Amino acid sequence: MIIELGHFALALALAVALIQSSVPLIGAARGNVAWMNVARQSAVLQFVLVGFAFATLIHAYVTSDFSVVGVYENSHSAKPLIYKISGVWGNHEGSLVLWVTILSIFGALVAVLGRNLPPALRARALAVQGMISVGFIAFILFTSNPFLRLFPTPAEGNGLNPILQDPGLAVHPPMLYFGYVGFSMAFSFAVAALIEGRVDATWARWVRPWTLAAWTSLTLGIGLGSWWAYYTLGWGGWWMWDPVENASFIPWLTGTALLHSAIVVEKREALKSWTILLAILTFSMSLLGTFLVRSGVLTSVHAFASDPTRGVFILILLAVAIGGSLTLYAIRAPQMEGGGVFAPISREGGLLINNLLLTTACATVLLGTLYPLITETLAGGRISVGSPYFNGVFIPLMIPLILLMGIGPLLAWKRGDLAGALSRLKLAAGLSVAAIVVTMVIAGFSVTDIGGAFGIGMAVWLAASSLIEWSERVKFGRTGSWARIANLPRAAHGMTIAHLGMAILIAGVSGASAWKTETIQIQAPGETVQLAGYALTFKGVTEVPGSNFTAERATIEVKRGDKLVATLHPERRAFVQPPEQTTFSSIHTTYASDLLTTLGEKQGDDGSYVTRFYHEPLVPFLWYGILLMGFGGLVSLTDRRHRVGAPRRTAPQAMPVPVAAE
Amino acid sequence: MTDTTAPDTKPRAKRWPYLIPLAAVLALGGVFAKRLSDISGGYDPKVIPTVLLNTPAPEFNLPPLPGLGDAFTSNDLKGKVSLINIWGSWCVACTVEHPFLMEIAKTGEIPIYGIAWRDTPERSLAWLEKYGNPFTKIGQDPHSQTIINLGVTAAPESFLIDKEGIIRYKVTGIITREVWRDTIQPLIAQLNK
Repeated sequence: MIIELGHFALALALAVALIQSSVPLIGAARGNVAWMNVARQSAVLQFVLVGFAFATLIHAYVTSDFSVVGVYENSHSAKPLIYKISGVWGNHEGSLVLWVTILSIFGALVAVLGRNLPPALRARALAVQGMISVGFIAFILFTSNPFLRLFPTPAEGNGLNPILQDPGLAVHPPMLYFGYVGFSMAFSFAVAALIEGRVDATWARWVRPWTLAAWTSLTLGIGLGSWWAYYTLGWGGWWMWDPVENASFIPWLTGTALLHSAIVVEKREALKSWTILLAILTFSMSLLGTFLVRSGVLTSVHAFASDPTRGVFILILLAVAIGGSLTLYAIRAPQMEGGGVFAPISREGGLLINNLLLTTACATVLLGTLYPLITETLAGGRISVGSPYFNGVFIPLMIPLILLMGIGPLLAWKRGDLAGALSRLKLAAGLSVAAIVVTMVIAGFSVTDIGGAFGIGMAVWLAASSLIEWSERVKFGRTGSWARIANLPRAAHGMTIAHLGMAILIAGVSGASAWKTETIQIQAPGETVQLAGYALTFKGVTEVPGSNFTAERATIEVKRGDKLVATLHPERRAFVQPPEQTTFSSIHTTYASDLLTTLGEKQGDDGSYVTRFYHEPLVPFLWYGILLMGFGGLVSLTDRRHRVGAPRRTAPQAMPVPVAAE
Repeated sequence: MTDTTAPDTKPRAKRWPYLIPLAAVLALGGVFAKRLSDISGGYDPKVIPTVLLNTPAPEFNLPPLPGLGDAFTSNDLKGKVSLINIWGSWCVACTVEHPFLMEIAKTGEIPIYGIAWRDTPERSLAWLEKYGNPFTKIGQDPHSQTIINLGVTAAPESFLIDKEGIIRYKVTGIITREVWRDTIQPLIAQLNK
């Protein structure tokens, strides 16, 4: 009964979304306030309805109601509660309901918090949100309905794919969707602005916090996915340029560009049509990711069960959303430019180059992801584009970007002093070179270490120049510096933190790529293997029962010299339902490097097993870096100028010295 | 809030650059549409075809394992029907397949060449010591150069090569008795004619 109510609520939400996407638009065109206000009421109502539908679905999973098809196919009564709940979005249908739920949360937030938005802009933005809702709710109801019943009711469910039964992966999809869907706000505001034919600082001030929230969530979501791949897939990899990973990374790249170009619109009213385009593209890329994962057009380990009918539906959805918005863009954008002019060397110029590099990087990743698909479809024949391509084109684009990240914040708006900025960064350059030399000495002057050492040098450059910029801004160490730290806009602190996070991330990437070592062997109990100065002794395997699995649990003693530093227990887990096996690695971390162990198959009758050991230098820095970037985003979000509904501050806008660089 | 865009006071901007994103998206949409119709028409993107089937094996020259004869080169494949087997001491399935390779080697019906993939000479030799050596010649490919040219996806994998050095059949995974009896042996007989 409850599930039918959920089904009904979602159908009702579709009707509400239809109203939300039409009435306010007419109201805004005619200047009818009552009609415009329909947007707010319907956005809140839609949230209530969709939220209720989502809640009934969770209820069905938690109570293991196997008369619901989705629950039967994806859940099991013996599963821990957290995985019963995460099972809701562990499948195509349920994850779409989560998608529209988050969409409705954003819509309701605009309705509730956006009191001092220009009413017409708000009405139009909410109407565009309504259109997105119409598309996705219709998609759910007509092709992917999670509320269908099954008769007769099975006694037990099929269970969730064991690889998804993991705390990291339970929260990974919601974080990712929050990011994807969050970008829909920027999209809706962009389309609304195109309809109005006007973009100004107020518009940018509205778009930025939503973009920032989405970006923060996407950053953490991607990081979580990468972390999960690292510790569960059992080969010590954290990024493999898989099409579905790329599908989340592409919107991240354009979203990062959008975050920065929106600053220029807010501060200087320049780069308007470009920012609008980025807002459209970022959400389009999020939609494209959704399409790629669900339509079956490409093959990937992550893809949902594919169904061409769904593919056709999403493709039409995509064509309408992206094609429609870009048509509007082609009509209206040519009149949008104007605003502040700036010299090539200036804060605006730096942010523009940042944007060009990020979008080029995005284009190369997109091309690499889709190229096999395009050639196969048009010319036949298979090719695959792998890590060598991505690393080969991506890294050269990141190097100038990182150099620029150090310099840009030191340039003034309108016209910057490049020589002055560089001379203030002498210390950073010196430290960077020193870091390269020290790394080479430690690593032993081998040619193969140059790449890694250079990466460390880049990380130090970025960290040092970010700190120099911050400490100059607050005149650190001089009287009153604490007060200046407290008075500095949170967004400025956020930028420094996020850029530091990026620096630490780069160090992690460099270390993990350059100095990873691994060994794979068959070990009999008592045998010892050496790796990176550690002696790893295999002590044998015992069977351990788990909640819904049985584990073969190895004991591996890790010694450094004569000292026992850790006892690790990698496992192979055999799940009862569905009957599948997963590996569960065990990690000894020094907080600067990891020793990762996994257990393979049994060999012969003497208790021998295949074991794999990986020494992963600096990998923990990846996670610190991502966390710090996310934290930077959150700090920036608390800036009072970003606070939704805060009165417009008469901030100094065109002072020659940078006031707030986010 | 002042409107600084002032659209009518400025010379009209060029319109065509603003159409580029739309054009790109439409082209991509066309590709996706064709792809989806291919899939609906029964095309399965998950099946990996052997690109190299019925094409000459790539040129290679792989160093031998210490103490086990000469280098293994693509010239060795000329003149007789032969089998190339990709293995590694780290590869669990290879240990399962190995006894059958030993059996084939004893019958002498076809030379078996081995490529020791992503391995060290010490480990390869220790493994052969433990399980026996069915290979006429072994080449080492620690950095996967030849492996990539052959389009190998995982070990073990085996290629049947004809007298002209052309790849005629590929077994992904373990060679089972059934595959050997029903497919490979008849093919060898045919190629030897």
